[in-house]
Formats: sequence, C-alpha cells, structure tokens
Amino acid sequence: MSAVTFDKVSRHFGAVRAVDGVDLDIAEGEFFAMLGPSGSGKTTCLRLIAGFERPTAGDIRIFGEPVADLPPYKRQVNTVFQDYALFPHLNVIDNVAYGLMIAGQGRKLRHNAADEALEMVRLGGFGARRPSELSGGQRQRVALARALVNKPRVLLLDEPLGALDLKLREQMQEELKTLQRQLGITFVFVTHDQGEALSMADRVAVFNDGRIIQVGAPEDIYFRPEVPFVADFVGSSNVLPAALVARLTGENCPAAIRPERLQLAEYGPIMARVTGLSFLGLTTRVSFETEGARLTALLPQDAPRPLQGDLVALNWAEGDLHLMRPKS
Amino acid sequence: MMAARSESIGTRLSDTLWRRPAVLLFLLLLPPVLWLGIIYLGSLFALLLQSFFSIDHFTGQINYRFTLSTYAELLTPANFDIILRTVTMAACCTLASAVIAFPIAYYAARYARGKWRAVFYLGIMMPLWSSYLVKIYAWKLILAKEGILTWALEGMRLNWLLEAYLSLPVVGGNSLSVSTTGTFIVFVYVWMPFMILPIQAALERVPGSMLEASGDLGARPAQTFRHVLLPLALPGIVAGSIFTFSLTLGDYIIPQIIGTSRLFIGQAVYQHQGIAGNIPLAAAFAVVPIVIMGFYLWGAKRIGAFDAL
Repeated sequence: MSAVTFDKVSRHFGAVRAVDGVDLDIAEGEFFAMLGPSGSGKTTCLRLIAGFERPTAGDIRIFGEPVADLPPYKRQVNTVFQDYALFPHLNVIDNVAYGLMIAGQGRKLRHNAADEALEMVRLGGFGARRPSELSGGQRQRVALARALVNKPRVLLLDEPLGALDLKLREQMQEELKTLQRQLGITFVFVTHDQGEALSMADRVAVFNDGRIIQVGAPEDIYFRPEVPFVADFVGSSNVLPAALVARLTGENCPAAIRPERLQLAEYGPIMARVTGLSFLGLTTRVSFETEGARLTALLPQDAPRPLQGDLVALNWAEGDLHLMRPKS
Repeated sequence: MMAARSESIGTRLSDTLWRRPAVLLFLLLLPPVLWLGIIYLGSLFALLLQSFFSIDHFTGQINYRFTLSTYAELLTPANFDIILRTVTMAACCTLASAVIAFPIAYYAARYARGKWRAVFYLGIMMPLWSSYLVKIYAWKLILAKEGILTWALEGMRLNWLLEAYLSLPVVGGNSLSVSTTGTFIVFVYVWMPFMILPIQAALERVPGSMLEASGDLGARPAQTFRHVLLPLALPGIVAGSIFTFSLTLGDYIIPQIIGTSRLFIGQAVYQHQGIAGNIPLAAAFAVVPIVIMGFYLWGAKRIGAFDAL
C-alpha cells in the first residue's frame, strides 16, 4: 500500500510556484529522500504531507485517505524539524512525552514510554535536563524521540542533519537507517546533500523549480541520470553538450559521465586542456576544458598526474558514457 | 619611547583604560550607582523611615519615635477599604490589559511585516506621545453623561443598555465618567502599551516551528495555546503586568478626574502628605504597593513565570 500519494499537487505562493504539479508515490516502509537545491519545493512538499501547508491544487492521500481538509493535529504523521523546535520551557522527558500528554495519557505511563524512546536514541538518563543544556546532536535525538514516541505511520525529517558536524552526521545517518529498519516506519527525508540522500534512502526524488525531475533508486539517480540537471546536481557528473555527443556517438542528445570514470590516455576521443588541479587526499581532482565543455576527473593517487596547461587525451570505458535521450 | 611621547593625551588615556578595564568599568558605573544609591534608594529609604514614625493627632506634630501604630492605622476599615479597592482595580486592569493586549501582540509578532509593522508601532506608541492629562480629559468627554458614547448609544437606541449597566451597584453610577467602570476603562487604555510591547517581545522569540511542532504532535490550537504559547509568553505577560499593576497601584490622577469620590492609594498618599500633613501615614500607604509588588513578583517566580527567560 502507498503511504503517501501526490496527484498533480501544486502549492503556489502568489506568483511563486513552490510546488508545481507534483506526482509522487511513497510506499509503506520505504526510506524516501527528497533531494534538491534550496527553493526547489522539497520542504514545501514535506510541509504539505505534515499539513502545515494546504495544496493550491491536486490531491494528497496518506494511506489512501484524502487529507486536504485534515489539520496537522489529526494526521498520523510526525515531523523532526530542521531547528528541532524543542519546547524550551519543558525538560527533555516532558518534551518527548508531549504528544502522549496531549493524547491524554497518564503521567506515569507517558513518562515510561518517553524513557523508552530516549533509550532508543541512546539518551537514557537525560530526561531531567533542559533542551538548552544539550548539544546539537543530542537535541536532534530528542526531536527524533519526541516524534517516534507517538508511533507515527510516516515520519517526516526536514534536513535533520543539516546543523551537525561531519562526523556526527555520518554517525546519525547510520543510526537513522538502523532505526528505520527496526521500526518499519515510512521515513520521508528532505535534504540538499546528495551524499546523504544516496547513502540513506531506498528511493530518491530529485526536485528542481517545484517539480520532480527524476525518481529512482540511488544507483539509478547516480549512474543513469535522465536529464543534465540530475547529472550535475547529484554528484557533479560531467555533462557533455549534445553537439559533442553527436560527434562522438552520432546521437544528438546530452550525455553524462562520472568524474571518477574519466581516464587520461595515450589516445582518446576527446583532447582537453588541463585548467586546474586540486589535491583531495584519496584522489586528485583535475579540471579540463574542451570543445565548449568543462570537465572534471577524479584521478586515483597512484595515477600519473598531468601538469597545468597540458593538452591531454581523455578516454572512458564502454558504457560509462550515459546518454540522456529526451523522453518521448 | 619616542613614539609614546608624540601620542596625544587622548590616545594615552585610551591605552591606559585598555590595559586596566576595571578602571573603565568603575568610571562608567560611578554616576549611575551614585544616582541609584543616594538619590533613588536613599529617598526611598527616607520614606520608609517616615512610615515608622507617628503623628500626634492633637498638635499635628510628628513624633520621631519608632512605632508600628501608623501601620496599624492602615488596617482601620476606612483605610483598608482604600487598599482593597486599589488592589482589586489594579488586578482587574491587569487582567483586562493582558486579555486585550495578547491578540494585538500576537498579530504584531507573527503576521505584521514591513509597512504594517511600522503602522503597528506607531499605533501603539502614538498615545504615549500625547499628554497624559489631555488623554484623560478626552476620556472624560467621551464617557460623560452628555458625551459621545451616550449620544452614539442613543442613536442606536441602545441607551437602555447603558442605563441598566449604570444602575448596577459598585460598577455603576450617575454616568460612566463618575463610575468605577470609567476609572477602569481609562486605566486599561492608558497602560495598554506597557502590556502590549513586552508580550510582543516575548512572542517574537517563539519560532513558528514550535507552534507547528505542537500541532504536529496532536495538539489542537487551544491546546497549543495552553501548553506552548502561553508558557512561552508568560515572562512577557508578567513583565507587562508589573507595569500595569504597579502603575495602577500608584496613580492618583485618573481616579481623581474619572470615577467616584472613593479614594485610591495614590490619592490617599497625596491627601495625607499634602492637605493633612500626615507624612507617616502617607509613607505607610506608599509602602503598601511596594509590599504588594514584592509578593506579586515572588508569586510569579513560584509559578515559573520566568522559566522561559
């Protein structure tokens, strides 16, 4: 069964089309990521599911039930907010137990449940503290516990890892994935970080300008982008213009090739001038210029390195060049 | 050494103060501390001292021996009545101010942007720019028997409503301008900005996501108000109520011009120290608001009004 369906959903703010005719189908138990640059409509979509926004047009269903007229407090979804939105006047345990308190559960019962939820996010014993006494990562876990304690059917996460430092992010990514698998709840996750979306999600929807550009498994999005925007935004693939592709393959459409798949060679279909080199640790990033395109290659550390200004030949293995034929 | 000699006195002074920040702090704090300590607290202390003296009712002379008899005088029915009346009025005004101010402050904090924000501030602040006395006399004209309010109600054939209200005991009277209700209306009007601004400041610090989070967790708007918005606005409400409450406790002009002939604390202080020359009793009356405010703040702290600060 579908957890969330969008049928031609739009949300306009005056002349701004924040969400513009989006069709979406999120399966039950799925870890679904909405990926896109800021202002692409992904957060508005999340807010439409939560009920903070109402669609200008179109139909939203949660587990088959139309929710257009359902206020947030009647929806079986819970949200982890970007700024966590913990209540500063309540301590951690009362923050987590808030939803249960509203639902009319007794003090003892709801505190037990909140304690369990805090254990689950490895914050047992923090119940008496104030949110202001916690670190960013701990607040994030409290926000997670506060949402999960209500046993939502869909959990919405709005850039939940955005404010954390790199190491904590990676750790939380693992934990979120584990939690999602344990609980079997549908997770809908908004992020602008392609690495995060690819590593965590079962499926990714790439947003741009209020529309969904491509939906698919991380591998599809990464290796088989359908349009240049996806190729460029998801992992900064090289996009070869149609004219160049026409000369190389005879097909008149743009194509994408991953930076790590470009190789320096004795002979190759493309000659390019080296315009920059940067050392990244594991690899070296080399920028080229050729026939009206800028290309990037990631060379392994043991590969021979060109010099700035060199004219080199570029080659790739059969099948690494991904043609983005226009959809008929 | 050479460079130091060529520097101006101002630069050398700045350097010295930079090296000794404690001296700078001392110099900055000295004038206000002197003002606060000697002129402000000193005179307050002198006033308190007066309240422990008593007056000889035959000679009218002040008897400079410490006694609590003046405070005992406060508890006589006539005087205690004044205190009770003033405190009740202050409490009612505070409550009404909070109820009226909250939606205004909420609108200003959550929705007013750009031009409307400026209009809001102007609307709130402008009454403060005009003279307090002019405003009160204006209200007297509005509330008087021949005033615009009576006229308007007559036009709507609703003056029976006003008459019925004025015939009520305690709150009623000959006309609104000589009733306790009139005093109440003007108090609420005059102190309103002092209630709106702190509440608005408090509400402005509540991010919208917090209200959304409450709704997301299942709370209806009324529950969100009760469990999130009100607790977070409480410091602002308490700050505002400190103004409205203490200003009402001490004011002696509004009840003089609009209201019944029954006295409020401020009027009692005014009469006892001026006309009657009973400084000790005036001082004792003046202590009452201080004590009441002390209890008020203590109570506010107990219920956690400052927790969200």
